[in-house]
Amino acid sequence: MTRLFVRWFRHRSRVPRRLRAALAVALGAAWLVGIAAPSSPAQPGAPSQTASSAPAAPTKTPLPPGADNPTKSFPDSPALRAEGFTLYEGSCSSCHGIALNGTPRVAPSLRGVGPGPVDFYLSTGRMPLEQPREEPLRNAPAFTRTQIHALIAYISSFGGPAAPTANPANGNLALGFRQFTLHCAGCHQIVARGGITVDAQVPDLQEATPQQIAEAVRMGPYLMPHFDANQIDQHELDSIVRYVMWTRHPYNAGGWGIYNIGPIPEGMVAWFIGLAALVLVARLIGERTDEPV
Amino acid sequence: MSSDDHGKVSQMARILGGLVAARAAFRAARSRRVPPPPARESDVDPRKRVIPSNRRAEGVVALLLMVAAALGFAFTVVYIALSANTQLLGIAIGGALFLLAAACIVAGKFVVPQETDVEERGPLLDEEETEEVVGMIEAGGEGISRRAMLVGAGGVAGAALLTAAATPLASLGPTPHVLHETPWARGVRLVDDEGRPYLASEIQNGSFYTALPEGKNAESFGAGLLVVRLPAEFIHLPAARRDWAPEGILAYSKICPHAGCAISLYRYPTYAPTSQEPAFTCPCHYSTFLPGEGGRLIFGPAGRALPQLPLMIDAQGHLRAAGPFHEDIGPSWWGVHRSQS
Repeated sequence: MTRLFVRWFRHRSRVPRRLRAALAVALGAAWLVGIAAPSSPAQPGAPSQTASSAPAAPTKTPLPPGADNPTKSFPDSPALRAEGFTLYEGSCSSCHGIALNGTPRVAPSLRGVGPGPVDFYLSTGRMPLEQPREEPLRNAPAFTRTQIHALIAYISSFGGPAAPTANPANGNLALGFRQFTLHCAGCHQIVARGGITVDAQVPDLQEATPQQIAEAVRMGPYLMPHFDANQIDQHELDSIVRYVMWTRHPYNAGGWGIYNIGPIPEGMVAWFIGLAALVLVARLIGERTDEPV
Repeated sequence: MSSDDHGKVSQMARILGGLVAARAAFRAARSRRVPPPPARESDVDPRKRVIPSNRRAEGVVALLLMVAAALGFAFTVVYIALSANTQLLGIAIGGALFLLAAACIVAGKFVVPQETDVEERGPLLDEEETEEVVGMIEAGGEGISRRAMLVGAGGVAGAALLTAAATPLASLGPTPHVLHETPWARGVRLVDDEGRPYLASEIQNGSFYTALPEGKNAESFGAGLLVVRLPAEFIHLPAARRDWAPEGILAYSKICPHAGCAISLYRYPTYAPTSQEPAFTCPCHYSTFLPGEGGRLIFGPAGRALPQLPLMIDAQGHLRAAGPFHEDIGPSWWGVHRSQS
């Protein structure tokens, strides 16, 4: 192999020397140009330069709770709005923009979202994010309840649908189970323990309040689809919330529930505890012999 | 962690503690058993140790067996009288099996005479015998002049019989033509699970809908559809399908082309530039398909794109199929692209 390479290297070429020199210069120049050029040239028509002043419209907007359905009203007063404006300037405007217009490729506009999403994202601690591309996850809220009310008052003064609400006492547990199975369990798991989709986590619903569940159903936070009053009417929404509340303390017919996350972890527990017990028993009934038999 | 979980933890701790206590008691019992017989020459070789009969161990075995029997009867009683309380049933049958095992262990260790013996085994192959066998095998092949013909005929017969034995496999599974049929054809309206026809105007961006064929068998394999509406920025259909998505409304088979699960996960970004594009995901093995690009597979084990159904909107604004599926739906197999145009 080495000898072949050396022979190829030393072999006198039949191509004239000048031609070879020209080829080498051309290849070297092309290589230098390749290094100097930017790795990904800006695509023609990309909105990064042209659309910087236009508002960054969200891909989906919250749906209204439906005619004649109960809504959640939040306190509102000029003083609250003023406090909300101050908080907004300090904590939200760097991404969502001074005039709630959003920043293209960073954060959506908040004009016309209404009180529901603001309450949802702030009361679950999903906003503010440290970085715009971070996945919003449930956290300790960054604001007090009064501060959240101030931000709701300020942001919803720009319009938007009223916040939905739900009362589990009006719901039917069996209907809630059916509706949850139909619309929610694919991602959130049948006992609302959460899971994953590709490239995102699906939250468990063990800490969600009825108000937050109602808001999430109508707005579809982050990657979740949203559901209007035709798909999930108010009675079904109340029932779903009642079912989710029930999943906090489900009836475990088999004894130890193992967090109700399904048959595979349950099987693992059985395997590990059962195997450990078998090893222990084998150790107890076996006897050592001093000389190999 | 709720107080309930702490209860479970302490329950586990009690079980483990019980096991450790049982082991300690067992060791104590072993150390207090009848003193070993006076030293004889057999004691020099542990393989020839003999334990004399042990009346106390026999009593323990009998007691364990009786309690096991009582628990076994208790299982039947609980099953009939207490309308099958699962916890009590588990304790009864588990306890019975546990005590039975304990009785076997005690009997094996202290009741049955124990003797370890080694059986000598001769050498596996005797040289003379080997030669004899080789000679017999060689002699068997002599005297056959048309060996190739016989071997060939034997092979053909064997293959034919194997084929005959495998033929009943063809009767397993559905008759193949079912795989090529769905209830969808040009003009069939899309209805929801209560039979109400879908209006194009009620399909919203960011929601997803399950649709069924009007007046057809909703239980059939190909009936379920996923219906979504996408903004134009997400729609990049192949040129041949440009008319399949009126107003940006798209329909796909709900059956995953991998293992036939019903696709029930839909992700739709609140703000696309900082998260992901809209996609369907199958809950079984996470195959992920892009509805805006003709069902293109971007993740997971499915072998092909999700089959798409062309749509149209009629004069009343209802959604209708504009034709059948472009290829067979459901789990993929070697001929699945047969009907692709």
